[in-house]
Order: sequence, then C-alpha cells, then structure tokens
Amino acid sequence: MENKQPFIRIRKKDDRPLWQQILIKVIAIIIALIISALFINLITKLNPIKVYESMFRGAFSTTRRIWITIRDTALLLSIAVALTPAFKLKFWNTGAEGQILVGGLATAAMMIYFGDKLPSAVILICSMVLSALAGALWGFLPALFKAKYNTNETLFTLMMNYVGIQLVEFFVDVWDKKQSHSVGVINPNTQAGWFPSVFGQQYILNIIIVAAVTIFVFVYLRYSKHGYEVAVTGESENTARYTGINVPGVIIRTMLISGAICGLAGFTEVAGISHTISTKTSGGRGFTAIIVTWLAKLNPIIMVIYSFLIVFLDKGAIQIASDFNLNEYASKIITGILLFCILASEFFTNYEIVFRHKEEH
Amino acid sequence: MTLDVIIAWITAAITFGTVIMFGCIGETLNEKAGGLNLGTPGIMMLGGIASLAGAFFYERSTPNPVPIVCVLISLISCLVVSGLAGLLYGFLTITLRANQNVTGLTLTIFGNGIANFFGGSLVKLSGGVGQISVASTSKAFKATMPFISSNLGIVSQLLFKYGWLTYVVLIMAFAMQYFFNKTRTGLNLRSVGENPATADAAGINVTKYKYAASCLGAAISGLGGLYYVMDYVKGTWSNDSGIEALGWLAVALVIFTSWKPKNATWGAYLFGFCYWIYLYIPAGINNALMKLFNVSRTTYMQNLYKMIPYIVTIIVLVLVSSKKKRENQAPQSLGISYFREER
Repeated sequence: MENKQPFIRIRKKDDRPLWQQILIKVIAIIIALIISALFINLITKLNPIKVYESMFRGAFSTTRRIWITIRDTALLLSIAVALTPAFKLKFWNTGAEGQILVGGLATAAMMIYFGDKLPSAVILICSMVLSALAGALWGFLPALFKAKYNTNETLFTLMMNYVGIQLVEFFVDVWDKKQSHSVGVINPNTQAGWFPSVFGQQYILNIIIVAAVTIFVFVYLRYSKHGYEVAVTGESENTARYTGINVPGVIIRTMLISGAICGLAGFTEVAGISHTISTKTSGGRGFTAIIVTWLAKLNPIIMVIYSFLIVFLDKGAIQIASDFNLNEYASKIITGILLFCILASEFFTNYEIVFRHKEEH
Repeated sequence: MTLDVIIAWITAAITFGTVIMFGCIGETLNEKAGGLNLGTPGIMMLGGIASLAGAFFYERSTPNPVPIVCVLISLISCLVVSGLAGLLYGFLTITLRANQNVTGLTLTIFGNGIANFFGGSLVKLSGGVGQISVASTSKAFKATMPFISSNLGIVSQLLFKYGWLTYVVLIMAFAMQYFFNKTRTGLNLRSVGENPATADAAGINVTKYKYAASCLGAAISGLGGLYYVMDYVKGTWSNDSGIEALGWLAVALVIFTSWKPKNATWGAYLFGFCYWIYLYIPAGINNALMKLFNVSRTTYMQNLYKMIPYIVTIIVLVLVSSKKKRENQAPQSLGISYFREER
C-alpha cells in the first residue's frame, strides 16, 4: 500500500520564540514596503529610494510635521485602545467611526452653543463628558441587543456609523451660516473650547489624554475584577455563565466603555486638532483601528508601533501625492498592502510548513 | 402623491435594489461556504472601477465603439478583477487562515483606495475637470427590450424599461436558491459552511469549495459595482465612496434574507424604497418635523430622513435575531477558518 506523506504539510506551532515572531513581522513590513515602492514606481516611474525619501519628508521634515505625525499616531492609538476591551470580549465593534463622530458632534455643539457664554476650561470639561456620553450611547444600543437577543453586532454597529454620519450632516447644515455645507473653524478668534497649548506645544494635551486613556484601559483590563470578567466572557460565554458572571451586564458595560473612549477620541479630534466637524472627522480611523487592535493582539506597545507605521505611510503617501501630482487615495492602497502583508505573516507565526523528507513519525 | 411620483420612486428603488442584490447574492454564496467577507464593499468598488476602466480605454481607442464589445470588455474586466479580489481574500483566510473580519475590512480599505485612486486618474485622463463618461457602454447596459419596454404604457414603465442586468440579477437569485437546495454541488457547499470537518470526512474537498465560493461570490458581488457605475450613475465616476455605503447594505441584506437568495428579490427593493424615501416624505409630515426641529429647509431635514434605511436595517437585525428560528440562522461555521488537524 502506498502511504506517502503529502509533499507539504502544515502544522500548528504555538511555541515560536519571541525573536522569531518579531523577525517574521519585520520581514512582513519590509515586504510591504517593497511592494508599495514597486506600486508607486509603476505609476510615477520614480526610483523607489526617492519615493521613500519623499515619504520620510512628509512625516518628519519639519518640527511641525513631526508633531503632527505624533499627534495622529496618538489619535489612532486612542481608538485602537478604545476597541481593546470590546475585542477582548470578542465583540466586533465596527462602529468606532460613528462613536467618534457623535463624540466630535457633542464637542462641536458645546463649542458653538456656549462659545461666548462659558469660560473655555468649562467648555472643555463639559465637551469631554458629553462626548464620552454620546460615544457610550452609540456603543450601548448594539450591546443591549447583543446581550438580549444575540443580535449581530458587526452589522448593528456598522449601521450606527451611518446614523451618526447623517446626524453630523444634519447639524453641519443647521450650524452652517453660509449654506456651503461646511461648519468651518469654530470660534476662530476666541478659541473657546480649544485645547490650550501646554509647555508652548499645541498638541501636548492630546498626547496626555491618549496616554492616560491607554494606561487606564490596560490597568482596567489587567488588574480589575471587571477586566477579569471581560477576559473570561471573551474566552467562553458558557464558562462565564457557569462561574456566575452576569454576561449581558459585562457586554453592556464593556461597550459603554469602548464607545465612551471612542467618543473621547472624537473630542480630541474636534477640540484638539481640527476645531471643526464634518463627516470626515473620523476619517476611516475607526476601521483602521480595528485592524491595528487585532494585529497587535491587544498589546499596547505593538499598537503604538502599528499606529505609527500606518500614520507614517499615510503622511508619506500624502506627500508623494502632492509631490508627484497623484491623488490622496494612494495612502489607502499602501495601508492596505501593509495590512495584507502583516495579516499573511500571522500564518507563519502560528503554523509551520513541514516538507516530506523531514517527516519522521 | 401622484402616479408619476410613485412610478419614479419604484424605478429608483428597483435600480438601487439591483446594485445591492448583486452584492448580496455574491456574499451569500461565500457565507454559505463559511466565509464572512466584509470586503464586499471593497470588491464592489473594484468591480465598478474595473468595468469603468475597461470601457473607458476601449471607448477612447475607437471612434465608433461597438455596443457588444463594450459590454463584453467591461463585464470581463469586472469579473476578473473582483474574482481576483475574492482569490486574495480566499488565500488569506482559507490557506493562511487569517481572521475573516480583519481580512475583509482590509480588503474594503484597499478596494476603496484602488478604486478612487484610479477613478481619480481616469477623470484626469479624460480631460481633468468635469466627469468621466463612458456613454456608449452605459447605453449598451441600459439597452431595453423592443416593444414591451415602450408600448405597454404603465406596465412598460414599471417593469420593462430597466437595463438588462436588472433581470439578470433576478434570474441569478432564483438560480442560486435552486443551486443551494436542489443540486448536489450546492448541498455539498452548504455542508462545508455548516460543518467543514464532517464535510471533509464525507470526502468533500473543503478547500476547493471554499475557494470556489470566495472567487465566484466576489465576482458576482463585483457585478453590483459594475451595475452601479454603468446603470445607476449612468457611466460616470465620482470619488464619494457611494458604492461602499451600498456594499455595507448588501452585507446587511444577507442577514435580512436569512441566507436565502430568493428573499433578496424583494428585500433588495424594499431597501431601495427606504433609501429613496427621503425624497418622498409627505409635505405635511415634513413641515411638522421642520417645525419640531426648528429647521428652515427641507434639504436639512433630508439628512435625517436618510437615516431611515440604516435604522430599518437595525430593526430588522433585531427582529430576526429575537425570533431565533432554526432555519433562519447563519451557517454554523461562518467566520471560522478550517484547519483539518484541529478537529
């Protein structure tokens, strides 16, 4: 009887040493950079080295650009962090976009309605609270029905994005005085409700908020009873129920937190960065963050690295686009290539390929 | 509401429904084999831009484009590109066992990037400002039937004056229903989606079925993008990600139809009605609401009316999930990669 092993076989590999895991990721990133360079080269006919020089310039050439790169990394990180508790629960929160938007909307509303009535600090604090509440509400609704009827949360949260988008469209029209369908910079002269400069730097406060939120989430998940309940429920709902954990309660509570932090990201974006509101305020970061969170396996340091990498590529692609007269969607393509490569590399971390001649047992 | 208005609404709903029905049928095929492809919006965008690019370069190369060639070129480029996107999704999720949600979302970002990048470039190629237009191809796709499309009065207006893909998708929906329930291959495919380990033990080539479903499903979804570009927006392109929003509705429609393509034939049109309802809100209600929200213009209120399709989708999701009927559930292994050695 012929009993040949297949030529290539795939075997689960759980115990890959850390240096190998890192090496695999680094190789994946390098491959992604090469493919991106080839892609740009194909379109612009430029030397790939020149392309990366241009990208590097986009992200780091001036102090201001470096700050913007850091600021945007922090923003993306804060959304990835916001999604972490939900993911630990295996709750696919694809609604970060909407949660960011309503958070930003609450902030913009405070700035517009109370800009000349309250001191800036009061507006800031109220905006912060309101935006967290708005985001939490957007997270609460899908969680409630997930807990009650096991309603598909991926699509529910996704639909909530569009409800949020339309709400923003509505208020943009209502607030816009010139019927140009744009709110413009809010309180440009008084700067009421804007983040103040700290140590002479415009974006320090953004970074402080994101750092605080990140630390909070990781302490919460690691060292609190709530965090433990999230971990158990995420691993197995049945185990959780058996040990007496209130599963619906955990789902709702976790999504309140996840949504609230997304709302805070909207607050940071509107009060700390753009000082305006539009449907572009979330800018697709809600989706990118899902992928960052997943790929980082909920590890905050890796999240920082991936967030930075994506922001770097984004800034770089925008620079290339303006240098060589391309359109800005190049950055989405490059982000896609990077993420595909990292996704593919997961396989080589989790499995190993065995060839026939190695087979001994 | 006059008869003309109602006809206009129905017409708009049917063209809209056709876009998402293509997306829905393709996604259903993939989901029946266990693949939850959140890349469907991206695939539809890729299908749309591929068909546009094919048609654009053909129309530019010849002074008198032949309709049948226009159709063939754009159809083939659409099917090939969206099929390849399905292959990429399949390779990542089936062979490399990457997470399906994350792979799908990445595919949507990527597809959106590619489509708008090249869409923008095509617009530039066609003379910069103003919109690109592939009039001949669009006309070929919107071709109507002789006699019955024009000579039957209201019947023609309501039922027979659409582009031919509108009828193709209906046939496809019923054919898909038949395929799932009455053919050996269809039953095998469903068993792969329900329980791949059992299917594997029964001698079904799980990988082959999953790949086939992923590629064919993506190709069919891609046709939704083609229909959007050629018929829905009449052979133009704008970088507004309009297809993406429709793509997400197509994914939601799969759940709405409880994975039965025959239900898509009316569900898609229902979504179409909801989508366009903002233009047809009775004046009395509109005025009352404008007073309530203290708003001065109808267009402002329309922003809120545009929430209706999404809210309806949410309500449907909740209703479907609260009923918990056994035959209305998702395929059991949906979203989970299959690894033979893990049984």
